Amino acid sequence: MSVNEISGLIIGIIVFLGSVLSLISAIGLVRLPDIYTRSHAATKSATLSVLCILFGLFLFFTVIKDYVSARILLGIVFVFITAPVGGHLISRAAYHSGVSLWESSIHDELNGKKDKQHTSS
Amino acid sequence: MMNLLLHISAVIIAVSILIALYRVAKGPSMPDRVIALDMIGINLISLVAVVSLILETTAFFEVMLLLGILAFIGTVAFSKFIEKGVVIERKRD
Repeated sequence: MSVNEISGLIIGIIVFLGSVLSLISAIGLVRLPDIYTRSHAATKSATLSVLCILFGLFLFFTVIKDYVSARILLGIVFVFITAPVGGHLISRAAYHSGVSLWESSIHDELNGKKDKQHTSS
Repeated sequence: MMNLLLHISAVIIAVSILIALYRVAKGPSMPDRVIALDMIGINLISLVAVVSLILETTAFFEVMLLLGILAFIGTVAFSKFIEKGVVIERKRD
């Protein structure tokens, strides 16, 4: 096997790992019981999967094609910054718009602090 | 071998987009649908990346950046709309 074949195999395995993480995240999005646990599934593992796949793409064009692309690095940084912010914003909007927790949830930190936070913000 | 792995990955990502689409259709509340749409946007970025790996072209890199920016702006606008009822506030104080 030449160097290109071995690095191609490694890149294929990284991309495959990212796609499996994406499938796990989709299964979590369907199976979990309420919006807050679903946001846990949809933001963390989906972000990790897209980071894996973009890193594989960067490795492919760097090692095999000899083309270092700054746009992929920019995409990695942008996704890594914005995905947790989006998940946090939508969970906050869900709590303030009164979406109820799962009935087996035992603890609610924000319970009773909702009005005070609204007047201060 | 690498091409086989890449094609399998594209199929798996498409299947996970379909599963998230089921959550968009069924979701009991509005934020469920928004989270599923956000995840569809993230998965579209990875699908475009896998397609550009299969075709070995650099033509789709801007598409990935634009999809990321649009998914983030859409999520922020939707969450502000759900929380306050408006997207752009007119009242300044």
